[in-house]
Amino acid sequence: MLEFDLKLRRGEFELDMQAQMHQPITLILGASGSGKSTLLALLAGLLNAELLKARYGQIHLNQRVLFDHQNSINQPSHLRRIGLMWQDGQLFPHLNVQQNIEYGYRLLKPEQRKIQPKQLIELLDIGHLLQRRPRHLSGGEKQRVALCRTLLASPELLLLDEPLTALNPSLKQPILGFLKTIPTQFGIPLLYVTHQLEDCEVLAGEVWQCSAGRLVLIH
Amino acid sequence: MTLSPDEYQALWLSVKVATWCVLLGLIPAIGLAWLLARCEFWGKSLVEALVMLPLVLPPVVPGYLLLLLFGRQGAIGAWLDQYGIQVAFHWTGAVLASLVMCLPLFVQSIRLSLQQQDIRLEQAAQLLGASRLRVFFTVTLPLCWSGILVGAVLAFGRSLGEFGATITFVGNINGETRTLPLAIYSAIQNPAGEALALRLIALSVLMALAALLLGNWLNQRHQSRLGHRHA
Repeated sequence: MLEFDLKLRRGEFELDMQAQMHQPITLILGASGSGKSTLLALLAGLLNAELLKARYGQIHLNQRVLFDHQNSINQPSHLRRIGLMWQDGQLFPHLNVQQNIEYGYRLLKPEQRKIQPKQLIELLDIGHLLQRRPRHLSGGEKQRVALCRTLLASPELLLLDEPLTALNPSLKQPILGFLKTIPTQFGIPLLYVTHQLEDCEVLAGEVWQCSAGRLVLIH
Repeated sequence: MTLSPDEYQALWLSVKVATWCVLLGLIPAIGLAWLLARCEFWGKSLVEALVMLPLVLPPVVPGYLLLLLFGRQGAIGAWLDQYGIQVAFHWTGAVLASLVMCLPLFVQSIRLSLQQQDIRLEQAAQLLGASRLRVFFTVTLPLCWSGILVGAVLAFGRSLGEFGATITFVGNINGETRTLPLAIYSAIQNPAGEALALRLIALSVLMALAALLLGNWLNQRHQSRLGHRHA
């Protein structure tokens, strides 16, 4: 379960978001510039300096305190066990696919490894890509590899920042279908940010509307 | 082209000084570049200005300052002297002078490379569980390899051509501190030395060109591995 209460000012933009998210799949709908990506970056611990300046904020994940300004708790992002996938995958260009997907997996202790690479490689159908460099992958392949890499790090929460926006529908649908199965198959809840309504229909989770730095539960 | 033993010595010394300059400058250059590219701190502009200062000062100024500091009576030189270490008027001083003069170019190349990197690659590594140190060694450093390479080549080339700071700090001692530029200078001072000066100049141009071409080739290979287009 994810709970947060965050306030942040960046120039003219003001973010003020509170939520308790209990569902396996949560979607945040909103236009560009509404604060969706900023929220994900805050949850992942990527904007800690700004959050510390704001002098306010709390983030809890599964009873763990990730950030609590008042009590000076601020877990660094590498210890938060939160996965984040961006639109362009952010695969490491100097590593091949196999090295990319094993990057986080190898950093886990054996007892922390919830998913076996072989199983996921088969599910995502990327076995034939393992020796390739990211520059030789198509957009859809890059996203499947990025998804595999993120899941193999066994996060407690998976954040997805418009990961499929750049893909055409034929590539997007199978990945969306797979995403939908992640909470039941691997026990990892999703927080999916998008500006496309059709994604909400496929994923069928709890839907929040993000607008001008505020969050409202709509479904 | 035949060279006398003294000329060979000048050539060998130049290569030795330039190589040591690159090797010793590598870690400080990477550290300073990272600090300037990735960190915000009070006094950053001053650090940046100090690093770049040798580029805009007359080379004789850093040379003289080094002499004040590392000469036998200097603050650091007197201390080193107790352990029998002499830097001024010694080839190791030529390395130090070169290092001071080359560092701005070295730092700037790596810094530009770091600034061009997509910061989200480092963030992705962190979110996969890598500590900042691990991210630095497994993502940041491999991705700025081309900047390090270009910086090393520039530093090597600059060191081969270093004259003002070297002659001020370590003098022009045949067989000890007479590098190629100093040998050229000495040859020009000699009325019968024009042919020798021209030979040494040709040698300098060839070496600098070879270093630049090698650096360029290695850089293109690296860029192509990462999937970037060649410039």
